[in-house]
Amino acid sequence: MQTATRRPTAPARNAPRGPGSAQITLAKLALFVLCLLPLGWYLNGLWHDQLGANPIEAITRASGEWTLRLLLATLAVTPLRRLTGWHWLIRLRRMLGLFVFFYASLHLATYVWLDQFFDWAAIAKDIVKRPFITVGFAAFVLLVPLAATSSNFAIRRLGGRRWQALHRSVYAIGVLAVLHFWWLVKRDVTEPLIYGLILALLLGARAWWREQERRRQLAPRAAPLGKRIIPIVQR
Amino acid sequence: APFSSIQKSPFSTDEKPTPQNSIISYNNYYEFGTSKDDPARNVGRFKTRPWTVRVEGLCAKPRTFAIDDLLKLAPIEERIYRMRCVEGWSMVIPWNGFPLASLLKQVEPLGSAKFVEFTSAADRASMPGLALPVLDWPYTEGLRLDEAMHPLTLLALGLYGEELLAQNGAPLRLVVPWKYGFKGAKSLVRIRLTDKQPGTAWNKAAPNEYGFYSNVNPEVDHPRWSQASERRLGEFGKRKTLPFNGYAEQVAKLYAGMDLRKFY
Repeated sequence: MQTATRRPTAPARNAPRGPGSAQITLAKLALFVLCLLPLGWYLNGLWHDQLGANPIEAITRASGEWTLRLLLATLAVTPLRRLTGWHWLIRLRRMLGLFVFFYASLHLATYVWLDQFFDWAAIAKDIVKRPFITVGFAAFVLLVPLAATSSNFAIRRLGGRRWQALHRSVYAIGVLAVLHFWWLVKRDVTEPLIYGLILALLLGARAWWREQERRRQLAPRAAPLGKRIIPIVQR
Repeated sequence: APFSSIQKSPFSTDEKPTPQNSIISYNNYYEFGTSKDDPARNVGRFKTRPWTVRVEGLCAKPRTFAIDDLLKLAPIEERIYRMRCVEGWSMVIPWNGFPLASLLKQVEPLGSAKFVEFTSAADRASMPGLALPVLDWPYTEGLRLDEAMHPLTLLALGLYGEELLAQNGAPLRLVVPWKYGFKGAKSLVRIRLTDKQPGTAWNKAAPNEYGFYSNVNPEVDHPRWSQASERRLGEFGKRKTLPFNGYAEQVAKLYAGMDLRKFY
């Protein structure tokens, strides 16, 4: 069958074998430690007073940037799998996604605590009035159901199709997160621009592949390449 | 010591000065980069001697001053001022310098002079931030003449009893303590008296966010964030921001009858 070579359901005979479950466990452990490094770095800096003259600003900013970086890493899993054929990468994605939520929660906590000091009225006003807060808060709210449905139990409960549909909101979250950063900076948009370009690349690749897939399905199946019968259009 | 004598000033606040290390390492000086730690890191090639500043425009005696003459132009004072950044943080800085009025009087402003324009250095070879068109270089600022002549308005040449470091605007800069920090143009090369309100770098970049006056005002928010409170560096909680940064008693009368929401 022609289509069999395209997306093998079982590993092809000479395709490299994926890592075993022990190796996956090890990779997960390494990733877990890796994802905690930024937190450790900043806690250590805070303890030793090495975060500069405005440590609260440094922590607020760092927690936001690490949220964004891990979000992009999460979104990079699918394209990476596709390009490298390392399908085991999918098994690391849930942890990446949960760390996105972890750093986003820290980021929100710095705002609620260290910036607004739990002044809920002021926070509500901020969310309504200031576009960069509005989109940042929206991104966080959209993250909550994704974190809440990250377990195997939730996937079974929802059913794969519905679960996937829900989790596609991560694309919107990515856009909102970049906007949040973009609208915050005073003048120099270099950094948000870089994040925005990476996001565009990751989302663009998906759109491109989807379009390719659509065309492939539209193309006549039976005729091999080069011998296609081109229908004559009647004028 | 760089200054032979430093006089105390009744204009100084008795609030606790921000540690010197914070003042010289946490800076907004976009000509050296847009991160707070960029300026201290990137000033290595910036030369502050020899240095001259041209004072010209609508005055009887336009003149070019060398930095060493400026140091002797008037008695050096210590002025401990609050500094409120438009971004919502603040410091207390012990500046050394003299009133800008002392310099302006030297060139004898004409009756037609109504404004003062300040121009900062823009040397591509030693200021890496100029490579990005973040602002319309060179950096310019402006004051109304009565603001410029106000006794609080300072020409700073030092801080903490030492000559200014480049990241703080060496060798000389403007300090206007009742306005947001960006009004204090750094590393001045030109001061020009004019009859028209001069354009200013931040106002040109984002006119709806940064006005010509830019007086500290907790009632008038920046479009993207509140100005009601501020974080004093070194403090955990936030403080309420004061009208005119706490200098209302001395300067509010300059704006009598003006709608400060309109002239922000």
